[in-house]
Amino acid sequence: MHEMSLTESIVEIAVETARKEGAERVTRVVVDVGQLSHVEPEALEFCFAAVARGTIVEGARLEVARVPGAGFCSDCGKTVAIAERFSPCPECGGFRVQMTAGDELKVREMEIA
Amino acid sequence: MCSTCGCGQAEIVLDSGKSAGAHAHDHAHDHAHDHDHHHHHDNGAIDYGNGPAGAHAPGVSQERMVAIERDIMSKNDAYARDNRRALAAKGVFALNLVSSPGSGKTTLLARTIEALKDRLPVSVVEGDQQTSNDAERIRATGAPAIQINTGKGCHLDAHMVGHAIETLDPAPNSVLFIENVGNLVCPAGFDLGEAHKVVVLSVTEGEDKPLKYPDMFVAADLMLLNKSDLLPHLDFDVGLCLANALRINPHLQTLVVSARTGEGLSAFVAWIEANAARRAAAMAKGGA
Repeated sequence: MHEMSLTESIVEIAVETARKEGAERVTRVVVDVGQLSHVEPEALEFCFAAVARGTIVEGARLEVARVPGAGFCSDCGKTVAIAERFSPCPECGGFRVQMTAGDELKVREMEIA
Repeated sequence: MCSTCGCGQAEIVLDSGKSAGAHAHDHAHDHAHDHDHHHHHDNGAIDYGNGPAGAHAPGVSQERMVAIERDIMSKNDAYARDNRRALAAKGVFALNLVSSPGSGKTTLLARTIEALKDRLPVSVVEGDQQTSNDAERIRATGAPAIQINTGKGCHLDAHMVGHAIETLDPAPNSVLFIENVGNLVCPAGFDLGEAHKVVVLSVTEGEDKPLKYPDMFVAADLMLLNKSDLLPHLDFDVGLCLANALRINPHLQTLVVSARTGEGLSAFVAWIEANAARRAAAMAKGGA
């Protein structure tokens, strides 16, 4: 499962930032995960505690913020909400929809002490 | 996994079949890759002065939020850029072969190498969870190959591949095949520094695979529909399969091949030669 390596990247980024900020510990890490990204938030949360163990991030809470999916339909000429990757435009049924949001995978911020 | 830096545990098995050493920190962090990445927002600290600790008194721990805004894939992408730069410097044309297990990637690769090796030098990075069976099959063709065993890992990442490329040291102006771990999901998200991802789908897998596993078909530039020799025995609809793939990725190029009979392989070899030449020409002009 690649959630494990994604979690490793999250912890690595958090450890680097904590070191740079001179933090003693990390209490909370907030990540943005798009609803259309190929990542299962529950799997991230499951891996997080295990990966953080033994690092400055140990014991921190992982908060996963879901970013809703959106795309630009070139037939309708506007941005529409999409629930699934490569799904048709909900208004015209066409497939010429370019994803514009929902693919995010980002460490947004963290709380340190 | 390594709990200090968080990097995944991969053991690179060298040509001799001996282990290059289990994961250790002096190994993992003492190499040519640049671990310094850009931190555009790292200094954007937001200090909530009235945090739970309540005061700025010295010695009192004060919780505060730090803005990071860094892409989770940024580490991998930085390694991928290093790989791409190193490959470009030597004129190596790299293809990342992805598919589900059992699609016939290794057989296809062995046949392709046989057809290609008199025209271009070829080397191979093989990825599997365990065993070096595939690297041995490739070496039987005469091409140098290195096996990466990912252990528990479900995909190759750019860091592992960077080390493998250093060890393999591909010839200048050659073709490098990276055969990814058999998995139609995870390898889609990891750039290894290749020129193109090539997805292999076999006719025993079902026409709707591109719809069920779209990420891989979006990430790929070429799809090889393999095992075409079995078509007379199956109800597989080639047209429907290609239509599904093109619905997911309208820019996808497709070839129908059989690693067993050799059908379509000359087209694949021509595709490799044409794209390697195009890339070399773009490099000569100073493009990326």
